[in-house]
Amino acid sequence: MSQSVKEVLLAPILQNNPIGLQILGICSALAVTSKMSVALVMCIALTIVTAFSNLFISLIRNSIPSSIRIIVQMTIIASLVIVVDQVLGAVAYDTSKQLTVFVGLIITNCIVMGRAEAFAMQNPPGISFIDGVGNGLGYSAVLMAVAVIREFFGSGSLFGFEILPLVTNGGWYNPMGMMLLPPSAFFIIGLFIWALRASRPEQVEEADYEIGGHTALTRAM
Amino acid sequence: MSDSQENSDSKEPATKNKDSLANILTVALGVCFVCAVVVAGSAVSLKPTIKANKELDRNKNILIAAGLFKQGETQESEIDGLFEQFTVRVVDLQNKTFLTEDQIAEANLDISKYDQRKAAKIPGMSMELSNEQDIASISRRANYSVAYLLEKDGEVERIVLPVHGYGLWSTLYGFLALQGDGNTVAGITFYEQKETAGLGGEVDNPSWKNLWVGKEIYQDGAVALKVIKGAVDKSAPDAKYQVDGLAGATLTSKGVENLIAYWMGDEGFGPLLSDFKS
Repeated sequence: MSQSVKEVLLAPILQNNPIGLQILGICSALAVTSKMSVALVMCIALTIVTAFSNLFISLIRNSIPSSIRIIVQMTIIASLVIVVDQVLGAVAYDTSKQLTVFVGLIITNCIVMGRAEAFAMQNPPGISFIDGVGNGLGYSAVLMAVAVIREFFGSGSLFGFEILPLVTNGGWYNPMGMMLLPPSAFFIIGLFIWALRASRPEQVEEADYEIGGHTALTRAM
Repeated sequence: MSDSQENSDSKEPATKNKDSLANILTVALGVCFVCAVVVAGSAVSLKPTIKANKELDRNKNILIAAGLFKQGETQESEIDGLFEQFTVRVVDLQNKTFLTEDQIAEANLDISKYDQRKAAKIPGMSMELSNEQDIASISRRANYSVAYLLEKDGEVERIVLPVHGYGLWSTLYGFLALQGDGNTVAGITFYEQKETAGLGGEVDNPSWKNLWVGKEIYQDGAVALKVIKGAVDKSAPDAKYQVDGLAGATLTSKGVENLIAYWMGDEGFGPLLSDFKS
């Protein structure tokens, strides 16, 4: 399995998107996308954690006993997350106050564990690090796209700068309250996956089963 | 970050039998040790910065509660200057009085370092609350509390009081600012809470906090302010004693109501505030 660096780095953005194709990390994508600045910090935090956890796990992959590999991975990921949380608390206190719950949840984010188990355990450190960055970017791409839509229609602003003057501030735009609630991210991600699969039909999974005709009648006879 | 340490880990020759008991123990202990050092190292080295941030944030919240900090207008750098306008007083919660300078010295208190939350855990500096008393579910209450007074021309303009109480998942810590009459709410903030983000976490939402401004706490000497379900009927006679509940966060709303009832009641700052009411 020899993939080029470019392929490993860029494939997760469209071809093999962790949210779009692998359907991992949806939970945090719903929670942190109502504001772009918050989503951006979350993306950076997740990318750093995924990249470094991949790196460290890959470094010691040959000595990790398979019976305790998940625990070892979790320990490394959890330590990195705590470090990131502390750094955020020291550098960007306001954002960290909003994010601290979700940063803690990076530990259980399926993308980090998924990449550690699926990629870093089989590949050398350098390329594993790139894979972590790539998947972080794939996650970020979706998150930022969702955040742009949600903040624009929900608060009439981008990165906190007012684009559409709100009615409450004497403007004309009546914000869509729905966009500020988590379910809206669900719809947007759903549409995003639809668009992605419409343009790349090879991503469509084969149906597990076909819905048959009206069989109740034939069975009765 | 910790590359060098992790590298040294990897230089151990990959043992042929990596599933042997010895290797399992080595790897487990090695990983634990390295991770512990990294986590402890970052926690210790960043602690002072985080503490300073927390303090700044607390002062900022006092200003927000008092209505002196305007979001988007006031700069972070102005916080210290604005905060200096406040007189910091110590309240004796047992006798319901403000301590004088002498009494503070006698009680061996250092206002700038006094931590009410720590004091609440020390038996000599706090008291245990009985079930009937403990409506805010805080179990112990410190004997002394800090209060921030903003005085202008010899008249008290704002009284900012620290309040806390249990919501759904966590204890909410915040400040309640009252106008000089000790009855009308000037603002409320919560600077520390771990309620569900988007539901109970909305206690920190500026537009919800704005609903509190102008509400009144006491009706005939008893705490009457309630957080009700749904929106307040503005034409109702009791509207000034009611605040909209948070949608989808009944227990957090209840928690906020309880902590107001406790801290503004006879057990909390109630008797002290009645002096201001006259």
